[in-house]
Amino acid sequence: MIEVQGLTKRYGELVAVSDLTFKVETGRIWGLLGPNAAGKTTTMRILTGYLPATSGRAVVAGFDVFDKPNDVKRSIGYLPEVVPLYQDMTVTSYLAFVAEIKQVPKGKRKAAIARVVESAGLKDVSGRLIRNISRGYKQRVGIAQAMIHDPKVLILDEPTIGLDPAQIREIRGIIKGLRGEHTILLSTHILPEVTQVCDGVVIVNEGRLMASGSLEDLAASFEKRDGVVLNLRRAGAEEAALLRAVPGVENVAIEGTELRVEWSRGRDLRDDVARLALDKGLGLREMRSVAGIEDLYMKIISGRLEQ
Amino acid sequence: MRNIWSIAKKELGLYFQSPVGYVVFAIFLLIWGFFFTSAVNWAYEYSLQAAQNPYYSQGLNINQMVLSPTFHNITIFFLLLLPALTMRLFAEERKLGTDELLYTSPLSVTQIVAGKYAAALVMLLIMLGLSAVSSLFLFSYGNPEIAPLLVGYLGLFLMGAAFMAVGLFFSSLTENQVIALIVPMGLNLMFFILMSWVAYSASGLRKQVLDYVSFLRHFDGLVNGVLDTRNIVYFLSFCFFWLFLTQSVIQSRRWR
Repeated sequence: MIEVQGLTKRYGELVAVSDLTFKVETGRIWGLLGPNAAGKTTTMRILTGYLPATSGRAVVAGFDVFDKPNDVKRSIGYLPEVVPLYQDMTVTSYLAFVAEIKQVPKGKRKAAIARVVESAGLKDVSGRLIRNISRGYKQRVGIAQAMIHDPKVLILDEPTIGLDPAQIREIRGIIKGLRGEHTILLSTHILPEVTQVCDGVVIVNEGRLMASGSLEDLAASFEKRDGVVLNLRRAGAEEAALLRAVPGVENVAIEGTELRVEWSRGRDLRDDVARLALDKGLGLREMRSVAGIEDLYMKIISGRLEQ
Repeated sequence: MRNIWSIAKKELGLYFQSPVGYVVFAIFLLIWGFFFTSAVNWAYEYSLQAAQNPYYSQGLNINQMVLSPTFHNITIFFLLLLPALTMRLFAEERKLGTDELLYTSPLSVTQIVAGKYAAALVMLLIMLGLSAVSSLFLFSYGNPEIAPLLVGYLGLFLMGAAFMAVGLFFSSLTENQVIALIVPMGLNLMFFILMSWVAYSASGLRKQVLDYVSFLRHFDGLVNGVLDTRNIVYFLSFCFFWLFLTQSVIQSRRWR
């Protein structure tokens, strides 16, 4: 469990994090979402005991970060933004070193290394020097070192940054596989990462909390309308007018080559819209639900949210 | 204690997983061999003369003639070489971001500093151990006294430890390894030689202070085989002072 209350961090004049409050329940995966320089890394560094907060309180795995830093450090695994790797070590000897300083008992170290090598998919490279393995493998070694002492809480700072799409999928798969056993807080500036991996989200911008909660709750509370995006053969005024005539539809907007159809929350007009598109032969290629959270996020980071 | 050893073991491993450790040892042995051989040659010629002139032979002492000059000469090399072993210790961790792993592990800053310093000291011990092989030859061809020899080695070790403490401190100040190398070189040289030069021409209290702070006087005593606790205390407190500064710098950086 992670609980943050009124957390503030100042670097001289600069306020990196300002009065941040949120809570992550045990066994859930939460995203810390925000554009670059939103204070995500600073928040994580405070939670892991790397930096002290200027004011406020943070409790991780039942221990106060300020009062019991060593207990906190024992119960968290941390993947910093820059993966802390010693280039001249082999993957195995690096993991052995981390196991040692994370105080894994001597008799259990071998098993711990075998376990993380297995779950992070490092078998093929375990004997190689870290400097010689690919970026994706390095990231996996980073995740492996965070898990080596089987911590209750995992804090992952931008775990998929700089990876190619296939590697991103693999890393997300690894993280999803940890749901239930671990409480995970991961930071990202990419929204799909949150919607695909996380149960809930904390959205920050310029060091301030903009929104937090489970994905469904957030979408529900900020979006007054439900809707779909239609990809048709042609998306013009003519098609828009036809769709607007469907009973219950409140708004139809042309977005590039697509049409966005909205109705008030609580109703479901998807069947009606689809039937119309087929009946009128509009050439329906794709129909997808509007991700409410995406709208919300865009509004937040562009500063258009009045809340 | 176990944590200190974990850090020290890692640092020692890194010295030898790159060529650094081997290069340092090789160059050290080369220079040591040169100094040692020339001291032996000089002692040899002096003994030949002494054989013809009994008056000279009163001053014959193999500890004084071979080991003291070698110890003295090698310190000049030490003050340039040893910062090369310490420059990496903190500067590189900061530059590569690996310090974040250390400081978010259940280790205290004191343990981290102690571990890194211990690794550097082990390197120094290995170097002295390797050099001792040549001293063993003295036993087969002469009869040096063992106690002054050991005290001399102790002096050399303490001196090296002092150089390394200064080096470790500057490594913690910067993430630039060149700075972490050059500044301790200059500072070590100052403590070692320049201060005693200034003391030479000074007088009164200033002379006493400079004389005491300078390495040379304390080192001379030990190298000449005099086991004076004042000199040992001087070196130990010098090392502790710089290690304490190192620890404070790291501790305070995180609070800024």
